[in-house]
Amino acid sequence: MSRESMEYDVVIIGGGPSGLSTAIKLKQLDPNLNVCLLEKASEIGAHILSGNVFETRALDELLPNWRELNSPIKTKVTKEKFLFLGKTKSLSWPTWLLPTVQQNHKNYIISLANLCRWLAEQAEALGVEIFPGFPASEILYNEDGSVKGVATQDMGIDKEGNKKDSFEPGIELLGKVTVFAEGCRGHLGKQLIEKFELNKGKDPQQYGIGFKEIWEIEDKNHEEGLVMHTAGWPLDNNTYGGSFMYHAENKQVFLGYVIGLDYKNPHLSPYDEFQRFKTHPAIKKIIEGGKRISYGARALIEGGLQSLPRMFMPGALLVGCDAGTLNMPKIKGSHTAMKSGMIAAETVNEHFKENKDLSVYEDKFKNSWLHKELYEARNVKPSFSWGLILGIIFTGIDQILFRGKLPFTLKHKHADHETLKPADQSPKIDYPKYDNIITFDKTSSVYLTGTNHVDNQPVHLKLKDPNLPINYTLKKFDEPAQRYCPAGVYEVQKENDINKFVINSQNCIHCKTCDIKEPSQNITWITPEGGGGPKYGNM
Amino acid sequence: MKILVAVKRVIDYNVQIRVKEDGSGIATDNVKMSTNPPDDNAIEEAVKIKEAGKATEIVAITVGEEKAQETVRKALAVGADRGIHVKVDGILEPLAVSKILQKVVDKEKPDLVFMGKQAIDDDCNQTGQMLSALLNWPQATFASKIEVKDNKLEVTREIDEGLETIEINVPAIVTCDLRLNEPRYASLPNIMKAKKKPIEEIAASDLGVDVAPRLEQLKVEEPPKRKAGIKVANVAELVQKLKNEAKVI
Repeated sequence: MSRESMEYDVVIIGGGPSGLSTAIKLKQLDPNLNVCLLEKASEIGAHILSGNVFETRALDELLPNWRELNSPIKTKVTKEKFLFLGKTKSLSWPTWLLPTVQQNHKNYIISLANLCRWLAEQAEALGVEIFPGFPASEILYNEDGSVKGVATQDMGIDKEGNKKDSFEPGIELLGKVTVFAEGCRGHLGKQLIEKFELNKGKDPQQYGIGFKEIWEIEDKNHEEGLVMHTAGWPLDNNTYGGSFMYHAENKQVFLGYVIGLDYKNPHLSPYDEFQRFKTHPAIKKIIEGGKRISYGARALIEGGLQSLPRMFMPGALLVGCDAGTLNMPKIKGSHTAMKSGMIAAETVNEHFKENKDLSVYEDKFKNSWLHKELYEARNVKPSFSWGLILGIIFTGIDQILFRGKLPFTLKHKHADHETLKPADQSPKIDYPKYDNIITFDKTSSVYLTGTNHVDNQPVHLKLKDPNLPINYTLKKFDEPAQRYCPAGVYEVQKENDINKFVINSQNCIHCKTCDIKEPSQNITWITPEGGGGPKYGNM
Repeated sequence: MKILVAVKRVIDYNVQIRVKEDGSGIATDNVKMSTNPPDDNAIEEAVKIKEAGKATEIVAITVGEEKAQETVRKALAVGADRGIHVKVDGILEPLAVSKILQKVVDKEKPDLVFMGKQAIDDDCNQTGQMLSALLNWPQATFASKIEVKDNKLEVTREIDEGLETIEINVPAIVTCDLRLNEPRYASLPNIMKAKKKPIEEIAASDLGVDVAPRLEQLKVEEPPKRKAGIKVANVAELVQKLKNEAKVI
């Protein structure tokens, strides 16, 4: 059965900051361009998760009058703290001793989901056609191998792959240029990077998993505008990670934890590290008496410039964290994602008007402040492969004394799926029981995400070898999917003394961690039926 | 035959409802909203009847704030021909909605009015019944099957004892159960086409309906938290606990 097709000048995949900025900039440059944007979530913002302390630099360029447009950017950062945590003690690090990239006094505490909802309104007002609930599931190619567009997922397929009564075939969306803006580990971006060898000569990409909870806390503990970060406990010296706590409006705090997915101990559970972190006296005293109102998790990119793939290919561009433009020492990716989208839009416009090749994207990128920022940031993350203490000392020298201008570039040596040590050579970790006041189990956490996938649809987490989890991964690594998944999707269940690997795909919150960390790369994340996944409100 | 279908915008059924801290209501800021699920069944049934050649026009109507129009737009994307949005801000009770629908029925003169059996936000289950009384039309509530027969409807109803099949004269009100059908997806081309279909906007005041609430809401609070359970070692302990602690046997 042939699918219907629709033609556009530009098709954008993903309604995050990079995709929406691409769309807005395109329509600003030429209002006559036909631009459409696909989003897999049921509405814009529903799959977005971020800290977020927002630097307005890119937005100042994109929509200079954003202050007059009722934007959801309201809470200015008023105070900063950085704490090193020991098991019970904490040491406050003077903020004047922080590298300038980690100073936030000009920035705002925002919800990125709400910023995206607002950006989508701006884009729609400019005539961009936005289609939430339509995941792009397949890349379409021309005969010459260039990207022709994408196809959306068929709707109404049952578990066995049969068409239900409600079956609705996917649509082909054809663009003169297709812009991929799926965010970290986009499942189409991943295919493009492989097909066009976009990562040739680059270091392996590095990832982290980020957790976020929103708490409504007691008045006396709330300090609107306060930004606090911590390093140290509960992670050991060899595991990269840290926390954030941002005091937003309405007595809310955005509390989160990021752990590098290059961790080595398969017994480590990122989720439980986050839960345990909240029991530290310095944290507990702030949230105690409050109420957790949201939970979510998402993988993020940490590789920086060394791991950034080439972002152009015939017929298509990669923007934002579908490529990996996050600035790790700044702990910010929104303004960089937006800027990459804006440069992509300029490129596309010149491609149409002046017949310039899409490779102009690279030159434009290299001449932008985005490249300068990422260049100066490049050595921070790899230095932490020497451990927290050496990493901090090196970062101090690199960022404070040399401002990122050291004459060498450190390399990322391993992909994250290669770093796990065998389970029997790694210490087991005893995580404390959840108290249901400060710490919670995964089930009640996932409940807060509003996650749902229409039942009776094919499992969207594909195993290349269905026997590998039990026959190999369980024996060697104690099947770490049980622990790295922040939503309890993967379980090993014993049935009549036989181990069975269970995938509760309806719980999936689309974080992509399994696709990244599975030691044999045996799990592939593909798009489920449109609208499925979490329904984040103010993340 | 012309069918008027009423749709309501409610908090999406997957979202965990959160009560505002001051007990004044439910938090709705940036919460995902959707069409009330049984209203989707009502639209689907109307579209099916039209596809079977038994109806000529489907008009989707919603009553509510600016953004409620999204639900009409969605109805247009799955097969309604045109829309009506009666704009009202603030709390709306079923009686006010029924009176507004009555005025619109007077003007539009549909043969059938479909809607969901109840809305998942306030669970009132009143609007269809009240409209039936106001119009003095027959009603079939909790419909799980509808057959159109000349100037009559044969409707199967989901009732406590099982299924009840009744026959009613047209014009009539039917409130729809989730079992009635499986709503279709809005396809991308149809969403595009729906953007061009007309939606008439009417101010509630122009209809001369007093929408002021008749009820005063005192407080909204969460149900008490369930206490954690315990594990017992054996049946004897279970019986002992049921007897002495729970005092239920």
